[in-house]
Amino acid sequence: MVQLTLPKNSRITTGKTWPKPEGAKNVRKFQIYRWNPDDGKNPRVDTYFLDMDKCGPMVLDALIKIKNEIDPTLTFRRSCREGICGSCAMNIDGINTLACIYGLDEVKGDVKIYPLPHMPVVKDLIPDLTHFYAQHASIMPWLETKTNRPAKEWKQSIEDRKKLDGLYECVMCASCSTACPSYWWNGDRYLGPAALLHAYRWIIDSRDEATGERLDDLEDPFKLYRCHTIMNCAKTCPKGLNPAKAIAEIKKMMVERAV
Amino acid sequence: MRYLTDRKRAQGLGASGRGTQHHWQMMVSSILLCILIPLFVFTFGMGLGGTHEEVIAYFGRPFPAIVTALTLIVGVSHVMHEAQEAIEDYMDGTSGKLAYIAVSAFSYTLIVAGLFALVKLAL
Repeated sequence: MVQLTLPKNSRITTGKTWPKPEGAKNVRKFQIYRWNPDDGKNPRVDTYFLDMDKCGPMVLDALIKIKNEIDPTLTFRRSCREGICGSCAMNIDGINTLACIYGLDEVKGDVKIYPLPHMPVVKDLIPDLTHFYAQHASIMPWLETKTNRPAKEWKQSIEDRKKLDGLYECVMCASCSTACPSYWWNGDRYLGPAALLHAYRWIIDSRDEATGERLDDLEDPFKLYRCHTIMNCAKTCPKGLNPAKAIAEIKKMMVERAV
Repeated sequence: MRYLTDRKRAQGLGASGRGTQHHWQMMVSSILLCILIPLFVFTFGMGLGGTHEEVIAYFGRPFPAIVTALTLIVGVSHVMHEAQEAIEDYMDGTSGKLAYIAVSAFSYTLIVAGLFALVKLAL
């Protein structure tokens, strides 16, 4: 049965409020989710204040500044700081997005930062993406061929290559899957928008020769058909992709071969 | 605690090999209901306001009776399938299976009771 309330040990409490920077005129308040698996306490929301005149323009800049100058225990993932690696995905101001490409000017009022929703938390803003990555691996995200490898290369027309646009750009940040209510309730069996977008990327690839097998693997009420076209995935994707459309295309192909 | 690999956990029992039929069935019944619901509202509305004998005579005519029967069958089975989808979404285990059976039983009873009433009116 779906669980609509948080278990007792997951209820969020009010955490520490850190002092305001001295002499700062342009101060902004940050409320950040904190949880440490080692102290046995409930999650809390800590409050930080930053001098915006001395802070970069992105949310990730603010997080790095907090970690470097205020609280070194604040834990989050980050790497490329330009929206390519997908590491810094988190829930900012109620939206799942990448902290490195989300501007502080896009947030009105206090900046509220939480980890990606409905995922087990490893620590602070770091969700456990083990199952998410395993689901991605299960759709065989590589070129499957049966024909002998050509001497030079697998050829692809310009038109066929264009079909991969809007699909290959996915950085697997998990923003879409963790914004999807179907994935919240049935994430153990439903593959979620990210894995299905990748599945479609390989199904539609003109060079791939395992189209039938790929569709067979998705022919399931849970793996594919838990998508109810809620469209949260398309709304939240920080790369501007449309996983819901990719899922709809898979469903169309399923019908095409069955009816 | 079970020592399963992440990949095994993600793959579970594999694909069941069904789902498309249900998806297509819902598409078909949605399209049918787009036609049937306005027709039903129109024909049902036409039958309103008359005396008992007039209403019986009205539903004794083939067109209102067939439209009502079709709307009943297609509409209730569409709602039943959507309700089953919702149960799959939000309930699992034994309670989910029991709710699934209860919804099916209720829906089929509703269809049969509706058809029985219609036949009684028409004949």
